[in-house]
Amino acid sequence: MSNIPPELKYTASHEWIRTEEDGSLTVGITEHAQGLLGDMVFVELPDIGDEFEAEQDCAVVESVKAASDIYCPIEGEIIAVNEDLEDSPELINVNSYHEGWLFRIQPLKAEHVDNLMNAEDYAELVESEAH
Amino acid sequence: MSKRIIDQNAEPLIFELSDQTRQSSSLAPKTGSEQKNPLASHLQRKSTLDLPQVGELQVLRHYTRLSQKNFSIDTHFYPLGSCTMKYNPRVCNTLAQLPGFSTRHPMAHSSMSQGIMSCLFDLQTILKEATGMQQVSLTPMAGAQGEFAGVAMIRAYHDHNQDTLRSEIIVPDAAHGTNPATAVMCGYTVKEIPTNDQGDIDIQALEKIIGPQTAGIMLTNPSTLGVFERDIKHIAKLIHQAGGLLYYDGANLNAILGKVKPGDMGFDVIHMNLHKTFSTPHGGGGPGAGPIGVSKRLQPFIPIPIVAHNEQGYYWLSEDDLPLSIGRLSAWMGNVGILLRAYIYALLLGRDGMERVADYATLNANYLFKRLVAADFEMAFPKRRASHEFILTLRKEAKSYGTSAMDFAKRLLDYGYHAPTTYFPLLVPECFLIEPTETESMADLDAFIETLIKIKTEAKDSPDLLKEAPFELPVRRLDDVKAARELDLNFYHQE
Amino acid sequence: MPYIPHTSNDLVQMLRTIGVDSIEDLFDEIPKDLRSKLQNIPLGQSEMAVQQQLFAKSLQDGTPLCFAGGGAYEHYIPAALWEIATRGEFYSAYTPYQAEASQGTLQVIYEYQSMIASLTAMDVSNASLYDGASGLAEAVLMAVRANRKAKSKRILMPESVSPVYRQVVETIVKNQGITLELVPYNQRTGTIQVEQLDAQLSKPDDAFAALIIPQPNYFGSLEEVHQLTDWAHRHKALVIAQVNPISLALLEAPGNWGEHGADIAVGEAQALGIPLSSGGPYIGFLACKQKLVRQLPGRIVGRTVDLEGKTGFTLTLQAREQHIRRSKATSNICTNQGLMATAVTLYLAFLGRDGLQKVATTCALNTQTLMHLLEQNSDLSFPFGQGVFHEFVIQLPVSIDKVLSYLAQEDIVGGIDVSPRKSSTEQKNWLLICVTETKTEEELQFFADTLRSICQQISREESS
Repeated sequence: MSNIPPELKYTASHEWIRTEEDGSLTVGITEHAQGLLGDMVFVELPDIGDEFEAEQDCAVVESVKAASDIYCPIEGEIIAVNEDLEDSPELINVNSYHEGWLFRIQPLKAEHVDNLMNAEDYAELVESEAH
Repeated sequence: MSKRIIDQNAEPLIFELSDQTRQSSSLAPKTGSEQKNPLASHLQRKSTLDLPQVGELQVLRHYTRLSQKNFSIDTHFYPLGSCTMKYNPRVCNTLAQLPGFSTRHPMAHSSMSQGIMSCLFDLQTILKEATGMQQVSLTPMAGAQGEFAGVAMIRAYHDHNQDTLRSEIIVPDAAHGTNPATAVMCGYTVKEIPTNDQGDIDIQALEKIIGPQTAGIMLTNPSTLGVFERDIKHIAKLIHQAGGLLYYDGANLNAILGKVKPGDMGFDVIHMNLHKTFSTPHGGGGPGAGPIGVSKRLQPFIPIPIVAHNEQGYYWLSEDDLPLSIGRLSAWMGNVGILLRAYIYALLLGRDGMERVADYATLNANYLFKRLVAADFEMAFPKRRASHEFILTLRKEAKSYGTSAMDFAKRLLDYGYHAPTTYFPLLVPECFLIEPTETESMADLDAFIETLIKIKTEAKDSPDLLKEAPFELPVRRLDDVKAARELDLNFYHQE
Repeated sequence: MPYIPHTSNDLVQMLRTIGVDSIEDLFDEIPKDLRSKLQNIPLGQSEMAVQQQLFAKSLQDGTPLCFAGGGAYEHYIPAALWEIATRGEFYSAYTPYQAEASQGTLQVIYEYQSMIASLTAMDVSNASLYDGASGLAEAVLMAVRANRKAKSKRILMPESVSPVYRQVVETIVKNQGITLELVPYNQRTGTIQVEQLDAQLSKPDDAFAALIIPQPNYFGSLEEVHQLTDWAHRHKALVIAQVNPISLALLEAPGNWGEHGADIAVGEAQALGIPLSSGGPYIGFLACKQKLVRQLPGRIVGRTVDLEGKTGFTLTLQAREQHIRRSKATSNICTNQGLMATAVTLYLAFLGRDGLQKVATTCALNTQTLMHLLEQNSDLSFPFGQGVFHEFVIQLPVSIDKVLSYLAQEDIVGGIDVSPRKSSTEQKNWLLICVTETKTEEELQFFADTLRSICQQISREESS
């Protein structure tokens, strides 16, 4: 079973979300997801200032065998992107939850975060998808 | 074990054989000494033109040696599911290259083009008859373009009827990747429906999704799973009743040529892959040709140009004759050189030969199927008849020995067989989609079976032979990840 | 049975192994009411009989003297080229998905990509597309995807781009919400002027995704590519250069247009070693600057290493393609023109830089020779002047349909009718003539003389 940190929130499309002190959210893909996709070769990130709605596709992570859309978990504005991924997309494989972060978003409404999945529910989802 | 004939050292790039001081050969026209650039000076090329300067023999030798690193139908058996790798008769190439055909400019006056136009008209007729459709357009330059034309016509039909609510195209989850991509290109959203464990479409699931928003459905029959869609007439009825149209992906036409006509199954538009069913060359990845056939409903929208015939001879139908046509897909009239090869093949086969195609393609597939079952290989759909292809799954072996279908495929290369299709369909894990075609002999099939059995034993006894295969080819397994991360796509531009 | 090697013994054995009595039994899953036999298709024939029929048809059409261009060009093809290209190992090879078994094809395509990139002065080329017209459509789709910042699906399309190409682009992009705005050309020069482009924008900062610049254009005239490129870039749009590859031996390459170079280069590579064959199979090339590489549709070959560190070639960036991304694919393209790309690579390798320059120069000089000869004929005029590469437009004094028809009777393909299809009463009778390195002085003289006498003949017929 892959690592699923209990303090994070999750989506059904395998993104993780961490609430930062300033209320912004850092987003990445889970260890389980990077395992499915394989070695990362390229990441297409949104621009700072771009605005997205919940569940709108906002980034792409590309491995040798698949290119996967990343969906914005909540409505908000992009305030930072992980520029290290340009030269080292493999950071996503090596450390999905820290160095492999994708982007940071400022939510329009704080309470949206509570609607996201917790670690237990996500673990169940991963378990069910395995069969 | 096949051994390569030539020495396996890497062949340098042509650029590495080049010397900029070398003078060009007799291949260029003889001009006077040092002609200056006669064009307007501010538009002239100032940047250097980096092209190799290599002697004629050295060029010829370089590319001949490169060709010898390839597998090809002429040298190897390719049981590649969904690709129909049958023999490309040499005479098709020789006759297509006759000067009257190969030197003709597409805009040559029709009074001097009656020969080629009669060939194209006859091919239109033959394809129409073979598929049971009302009219054929030869212009799509590949299967994917034929698909595009098909879905674009469905769109044009609904738009013409002002039926604007139709926004969805239904696609089976086992479909080839071009199908959903094409639907999106035509502005539709894709609704996937599942296949059941017998390989047929889940009819209940289908009935739930069909509605006033259904523009149509894209199907292959036999399906990509290698089995005949038995409920096809019922499916056609459901879709038509809901006001939708049926598109037929002709990738598997080889299985039913001369036996069943897509027109009779209820399809409104079909595309054919001439590089599959009609044996035009695969050429290392093209060119193909993807003519389409249409039902009466879709005739007004057919892409142009089309060859027509009256007492005065052959002439072209264009925009003026077909004002509702979806338009032109190619600058001229499609891949005529390829169409000509298909026409010649059709003449050689005739209707009797075409009927035998499905017979022997199916015979060969079923023979392989039965022999492999007897050798303890697991089939994806063991209770069904194989069509011209079938799927076996290597998931047992993957679990027990840790060897994937890809590993099996790579080891097959060592034995001189191009592997069956492994990346598709996505639904069956660790699968081999195997299509022998009708041009392989029983002895060829027996040898292939023996090899598969041998490799299965290797998987158990020495799995590394599979996992690290191939060993006998010009290169070992290649680093795909490096290729994608450190892009080196151009000798002259290194990052 | 042609191409079916089975003996009757084989058949018996195989049926027994399968456990059925006849081949017919293998089709028992197909509903009986769907079965039908083929009709109206003749029986199979021997190779000899088919050869006789095809010989007759080929002779019927013959090999006329050709002065037509318009996107399909007659050039000399070295004899060795198609002998190598039709070797079974190239001709009957499959798509190089199993890279280790396809190093020949893959290396050829890598060389092709490098040569095209060099010719166009771009950073990267793909493995080719169906033809120049659909290539232009793919370039348009690419520009819209790549220029997200412009937030526009507007493409400026000069009327000096081939109308046939425009139609193909229209057919392919129309269902994706993209508008192709026509920019009229200057009537005197047959080329696009910056003033007309400015007029196209309703506000100075009006957004559009890209400007297409043809060079040479459909009329054979040379566009002011540097000015136009800079104009488009000032307006934050991308530049799609649509170019003739032979002309690039003499004309500036798109990568060096203007201050920053065009962003995408596309065109028809048929001129590089591929016979006319009635319009196909041809081959579209598509190249771009490095920053757009991930938007490139179609196949791409990359150089890498194998397990032992040996150089090898493989298809790469496949995750963008249809078989993986399905409904999110950048296009539905499933093929490149493998065999044609092989031919193009051979052509450029055989001719080299020097050879290509000689071909291009000879085309230009022969064209000038014919223009001089036609100048002597006071019945003809040059609506757009003579600043051309190897194609130009003349205005005929009589019906162009009749001229082409009479020329056909003299076994000459006289050129292409490019008269504007407007509903005005004045029919322009514009003939686009192309002259390549294949024409001799005698042929040019013969054409000029025949054209003169035909025009006079038609003139007499029309006045009587």
